[in-house]
Amino acid sequence: MSVKISKRDVGGITVVDLSGRLTLGDASAQLRETLRDLLTQGQKKIVLNLGQVGYIDSSGLGELVSGFTTVKNQGGQLKLANLTQKVNDLLTITKLYTVFEVHNDEQAAVQSFR
Amino acid sequence: MSPQPRRVDVTLETKIESMDLGEEVARRVAATAGFDEDERDKICMAVRECLINALQHGNRRDPRKPIGLSFALHVDHLVVQVRDQGAGFDLALVPDPLADEHLLKTSGRGLFLARCFMDDLQVECGRNGGAVVTLIKRYSSNHREGAGAPVEKEKRQ
Repeated sequence: MSVKISKRDVGGITVVDLSGRLTLGDASAQLRETLRDLLTQGQKKIVLNLGQVGYIDSSGLGELVSGFTTVKNQGGQLKLANLTQKVNDLLTITKLYTVFEVHNDEQAAVQSFR
Repeated sequence: MSPQPRRVDVTLETKIESMDLGEEVARRVAATAGFDEDERDKICMAVRECLINALQHGNRRDPRKPIGLSFALHVDHLVVQVRDQGAGFDLALVPDPLADEHLLKTSGRGLFLARCFMDDLQVECGRNGGAVVTLIKRYSSNHREGAGAPVEKEKRQ
């Protein structure tokens, strides 16, 4: 199963819901396009809800890092929320926990922008 | 004398779909070997990362170059080998993805993750060139007894 991505507005913050596997190929490309579209539309406060993502490979991690820096370079912020245990472990192992702002749930992530 | 390991050899095409296929083969082999779910997940992730490495850095996405994937189930451990047709590389020269200056890089974490998920990872040059990445996973103390020596059982039948 690849990844499914949808987005919604929560009080001016864009929450991107991902489910499935964020891996090399289409899944990573989908995330890249989604973030690019949001930036094009001027939406620069973004929360990635990873609650339904059970697996991320190194390419998916790379795509998250790429998204983080792209949003940041355009004056925005990309935050992560609702990590599964496996994804949490991956971010810890790779020290990416020190790069991303990670919140336990979507509400906390949205509130952090205010 | 140690029983001969049971072997599984697969040749994969250099294309993205092969990553899922190789991962699925790894899952079945790991299940046959008796690893629990958590260990199976780690083995699969390690194999996937090595396959991605072979696809992108070894074979440089050249569809004419195959990727070899083999498994050997020994009495007390599993050996996985991933072979590409590239120029080979020195593991000691692979940058540390945990270094501050590399944290924001978008690549370079694959072999590091594979090493984290397995008990050992080695890289050498293949007989005909290319890199051979060898992964080793030892059976834990609660490993399903006898799962690692099926060939010996078959010989007795």
